[in-house]
Amino acid sequence: MANQGPAYYSPYPTAVYEGVITPPEGKALLLEDVVDEEIAMREIAKVMLTSENATIFPGPQVLYAYNEEAKKKAKLIKEMAEVLNCKMIPMYDYRPKYPKIDAEVEINPNHPNLTIWHNNIKAAIFIGVHCHYANVALKIVRAETDCYTVAICGLSGHEDAMATLRDQHSSELEKFIKIAREVKSELKL
Amino acid sequence: MSKRSDMTATKNWSGQTMVTADHMLFEAPRTKHFMTGSEVLKEAVKRCTVDASVSYPITPQSEAAHLIGELWAEGYVGMYFRGENEFGVMSEVAGCAMSGSRTITTTSGPGTLRAMENFPQWSGTRIPCQLILMARGINSPLTIQPDNLEVTFMLETGCMIWYAENVQELFDMSIAAFIVAEKPDVHVPIVTVVDGFFVSHTRESVMLPNDDIALLPYEPYKSPLPPIDSETPPGRFLRDPFVMKSNYISYATHASWQWEVRSAVERSRPYAEHFLKGLLHESGDVDAEIAFITCGTASHQAKEGQRELAKLGIKSKVIKLRTIRPFPTKELIKSLEGVKHAWVPEFNVVGWLEKEVKTALYGKSDTNIIGGPRVAGGMSLPAEAIIQEVMEVLNPGKGA
Repeated sequence: MANQGPAYYSPYPTAVYEGVITPPEGKALLLEDVVDEEIAMREIAKVMLTSENATIFPGPQVLYAYNEEAKKKAKLIKEMAEVLNCKMIPMYDYRPKYPKIDAEVEINPNHPNLTIWHNNIKAAIFIGVHCHYANVALKIVRAETDCYTVAICGLSGHEDAMATLRDQHSSELEKFIKIAREVKSELKL
Repeated sequence: MSKRSDMTATKNWSGQTMVTADHMLFEAPRTKHFMTGSEVLKEAVKRCTVDASVSYPITPQSEAAHLIGELWAEGYVGMYFRGENEFGVMSEVAGCAMSGSRTITTTSGPGTLRAMENFPQWSGTRIPCQLILMARGINSPLTIQPDNLEVTFMLETGCMIWYAENVQELFDMSIAAFIVAEKPDVHVPIVTVVDGFFVSHTRESVMLPNDDIALLPYEPYKSPLPPIDSETPPGRFLRDPFVMKSNYISYATHASWQWEVRSAVERSRPYAEHFLKGLLHESGDVDAEIAFITCGTASHQAKEGQRELAKLGIKSKVIKLRTIRPFPTKELIKSLEGVKHAWVPEFNVVGWLEKEVKTALYGKSDTNIIGGPRVAGGMSLPAEAIIQEVMEVLNPGKGA
């Protein structure tokens, strides 16, 4: 079971009730600490490179080519997966799945723990997921699994993730990929 | 109908120059006017690039809703229509806001309760609409006077609640309210409360910026949920299925969703701190051992009580809460350092603010919290009543 994150096992109360809120502009959040973005990027890369079955969960905002930025981000996320040696499982919509999710091929914000359990995922990046659904999922994941969660967000970030980057557009993703390559090299992976 | 496609990069559909909230609230030059709360609200809405407003004005209403209608006729508000009843209005507000519109409505008293089911649904769908609640009680027989009993029913709806004391605060708050509610990490409805009649119907002086400027428009694509837009993926997901099919959704989903809504309200703190210059305001003697914890027009009466007590050589201060959700617990504890007795004067019979204060302070403050004095049904709250309550504690049996 989970033993990381400001609220530990329980989603009740959530991170904000422990006094942790989204990081200010230009900063990132590592557990309950506000840190420089680059420090968080290095830690995220290290966790993803060294955790069992690390996975990226891309959401609708990067799965559908509804604008040029989405297309660019999607290509960068594929590159990110290659650099981090991780797989991708999409969160392609937000509808609960009946009678049961196919945990092999998708993740869903209403029962994200099922996919994490099934695939034994120990670290995951949420990216391109609408903020509300990311937050709903992150609270459940922290309560029900021991997965280290990372939220790479185009808006304000997510305090319920164990690491969060905010205002992440394609230029920031390029920076993260560059840092991930450096960390990978340092770890001799 | 005025619409977004009529805008340019710098001008909104009515030709107003679009500015940031910081410019509107802190930098733009202002001139003095003499207006009722309803008229001031019209002036605020005029400067907010509001896409839609829905109303159900029913006698005895404030003028606010029909004045917003005039703004539509003048081309300042994008869309305006009348709902079938208060429930219809609040449902239609939800529809407007879900479609990506900056939306406002007003209500009060029994209408608030008729629409009640909508308010937690608003917050659950993370719409950043604004409700101006000109509180006038829900008691029978009917009152149009300042009684704020309906606020107690709004406390756990998942909406932010701000409370304005006077017309100036109503103007400034209702502008800031849109901006804070629309922050991507907040993005929940906001209820801006004023005490009806005293604020809605009474003229006061108010400082207003020119009406040739207006807020930048709402950006629905920064919403934490997909806006309804059938032309732009992933809009087709709408907000279906919400969390209603609970027979095959984990209980954790519903629990997490509710905590997320409340977390969103908590995330508004730094933004409210900036725009309201603090979640509470203090006035009077900083080192006083006597305090009044207030909101709305009770603050005004408590200030009068504070001035009268000063004439008797008794130091006191007024701690005016500007936000009720989120509740300014940390700030209140700090303000009460060194305070022995604190009264909570209110315009309702139940003492909802006293309960809020006591809940927030339980085990965290040594201050003796005393509920009252309370008036209801439109009675005024004279400073003498406040002074009498204080003297009965300070000077038992001997009065003022």
